[in-house]
Amino acid sequence: MHQTFEYIIKRSLIAIPTIMLVSMIGFFLMRFDINLGSHTVPDLRPHHWGEMTTINLHIKNPIDPLAELKNNPQISQSVYQAEKERLGLDQPMHIQYWRWLKHLFHFDQQALQEGQFWRVWQPNLGKTLNGEDVATLLAARAGNTLLLNILVVSCTWLLAIPLGVYAALNWRGWADRVLTLLTSAGMAAPIFVVALIMAVIAVRTGILPVGGLTSPQFSTLSPLQQVMDILAHLTLPVLIMTLAGIAGLQRQMRGNLLDVLHAEYVRLARAKGLPENKVIYKHAVRTAINPLVTMFGYEFAALLSGSLLVEMILSYPGLGQFIYSAVLRTDTNVVMASLVMSSILLIAGNLLADILLTWVDPRIELSR
Amino acid sequence: MSSLDKTASNNGQPLQQGAFQRALRGVLNDTSARWAVVILVALYIMVGLANFFAPYSEHWHDRSLANAPPTTIYLRSVDGQLRWPYVLKQVRTFNKQALEYTYHDDTSTEYPVQLFAQGEPYRLFGILSTDRHLLGVSPPARLSLLGNDMNGRDIFSRTLFGGRISLTIGFLSLFVAFPLGLLYGGISGYFGGWLDTFMMRFAEVMMSIPSLYLLITLAAIIPSSLSSTQRFALVVVSLASIGWAGFSRVIRGMVLSIRKQEFVEASRALGKSHLGIIIDHVLPQTFSFLMVALTLSVPGYILMESGLSFLGLGIQQPDASWGNMLKEAQNLTNVLYRPWMLAPGGFIFIAVLAFNILGDAVRDALDPKSQQRV
Repeated sequence: MHQTFEYIIKRSLIAIPTIMLVSMIGFFLMRFDINLGSHTVPDLRPHHWGEMTTINLHIKNPIDPLAELKNNPQISQSVYQAEKERLGLDQPMHIQYWRWLKHLFHFDQQALQEGQFWRVWQPNLGKTLNGEDVATLLAARAGNTLLLNILVVSCTWLLAIPLGVYAALNWRGWADRVLTLLTSAGMAAPIFVVALIMAVIAVRTGILPVGGLTSPQFSTLSPLQQVMDILAHLTLPVLIMTLAGIAGLQRQMRGNLLDVLHAEYVRLARAKGLPENKVIYKHAVRTAINPLVTMFGYEFAALLSGSLLVEMILSYPGLGQFIYSAVLRTDTNVVMASLVMSSILLIAGNLLADILLTWVDPRIELSR
Repeated sequence: MSSLDKTASNNGQPLQQGAFQRALRGVLNDTSARWAVVILVALYIMVGLANFFAPYSEHWHDRSLANAPPTTIYLRSVDGQLRWPYVLKQVRTFNKQALEYTYHDDTSTEYPVQLFAQGEPYRLFGILSTDRHLLGVSPPARLSLLGNDMNGRDIFSRTLFGGRISLTIGFLSLFVAFPLGLLYGGISGYFGGWLDTFMMRFAEVMMSIPSLYLLITLAAIIPSSLSSTQRFALVVVSLASIGWAGFSRVIRGMVLSIRKQEFVEASRALGKSHLGIIIDHVLPQTFSFLMVALTLSVPGYILMESGLSFLGLGIQQPDASWGNMLKEAQNLTNVLYRPWMLAPGGFIFIAVLAFNILGDAVRDALDPKSQQRV
């Protein structure tokens, strides 16, 4: 336990430079201004192969990230001035970034002294173009995305692992063939087309609510009804993403287990007369799951990307939809905050995977 | 391991041939992989000769037929007699009660479907001037096999033209990402030490941003005023910029073990430059893996491009790509009443499925570990 805690602290400290680099990439991308002049190059577009074209490599004028805020009549000039001051827009770029970083790692001394550790980190992420507080919105959005993805991960693993084991044990049986066919299809279907088709089915049949996380009359419902309402709204996105996720995981589980079933120690376990159930579930399956747990971190990355598309189609109030609408409006504050938030989620996912791995496989030590 | 590989140990050339031949044999021996190859070849031919296979051109449009459903191809006349396949002219009427346009077929004249029909002129292979299309009907009837979009453009024709972009963008991105990843991973693994730590740390950072989040941030810096050539190039570059990191890590792992081998040390003793050793001796050893990774990554790039264009941040109108054709389907009512708009999704599905099957066969042929379970 103590060792795990130490490991978490250590990994969190390592994550800080990573997050700084991510934010640096994001920051300089958003304020990118590079002029490489005009060049005549071969046209890459398939219809025009063999032709030459002139491209003008001046990427992005430094736009005023607060232009829209300034022109929004609902925003008072004092808010605009404060935001301008906070970002240091009249300063050179590296100082702007430094300021942004200082605001991100803003710690509340008073909360620290009072011992309220959960309130210590108070990042100041500025205002959206509508003048709302980014940090507040972001917390809610990230929470929603996390909720969605945790549900999806649980459903995917609960379904895919047994299906993978079943397919491997019935290797080349008809069930295995059907599952292989289905997972091939599942891996090839673009998630947004699946989402669109499912959403249309839901609208046609009217069994599931489509769009958002809550009904319009949400605030008038009793607490129990509220929970039911949220669950009803979560069903469709979770269903879509689970369907998309099962395919890959089932295939890997099947492949891993098939590899393991040929291993010597499984043959030994059988030879010494262990019951078949024990051989498979206690020896083979446990080893076969390990690589999946290691890959969990990368799958989480794909999951976050997939949830961006699903969130957008179903207008689910999550991080993906947040960053997408912000990108369209070049809302720098929101894009930066969401980008950093998404990588924090990803790093946390990786960390979780590593801790899980030691739990699944006691041979691995965290302190390595 | 065959004896072929052993002879290859001090020169990359024979190994490459061996790997390629093994992959080819593996694909040809696998029924589903053979089908995948047939489908892919057919797709690429149709897309490459889109001018001929499509009844209309990419930008052809008929506003009076906006959102028209697929043209029904009739085999029997009104009185039930067997006929050469023909179509009827679609007529749009405005329903004042429901406030919507509806289409019905005008049964007065039959328009037979013609093979090698005359249509818009184009240049086949860029030289041969002709106006023949595989299928067509004489105007005023229209042959829209998969319906029309909201601008009255033929979805089937645009899908073929869009396939040119969707089916090549993956390869182009790979040609940017792979050399980059190869060199990066090669240098990192070969030199080791602090350089390795630093380079891998940076690759990890690139990997710890969810790809689509990074992609749309990259898309945000692409000004909307760009020409379509520039946008295409930038989409290729941004797709490549997220693919190289994971790839370079695997290469680095392989290089770490290769650089210890005798033939590397021998060429070092002979005074060959570091970069020369990496390119001439170390990287060719990763050829098998490279081929597997190449075939397995193409579908990922196709899906990524379609996702990006679907979000409106990739290829832009009026250029067609499978992703941006689906953008109209973002509006759920469109899908609800005009499901044929999802047709490009079917093409993505088929192409990705075929590439996946092909990739699996190549991997099974080249990876000795996976052979026992197939």
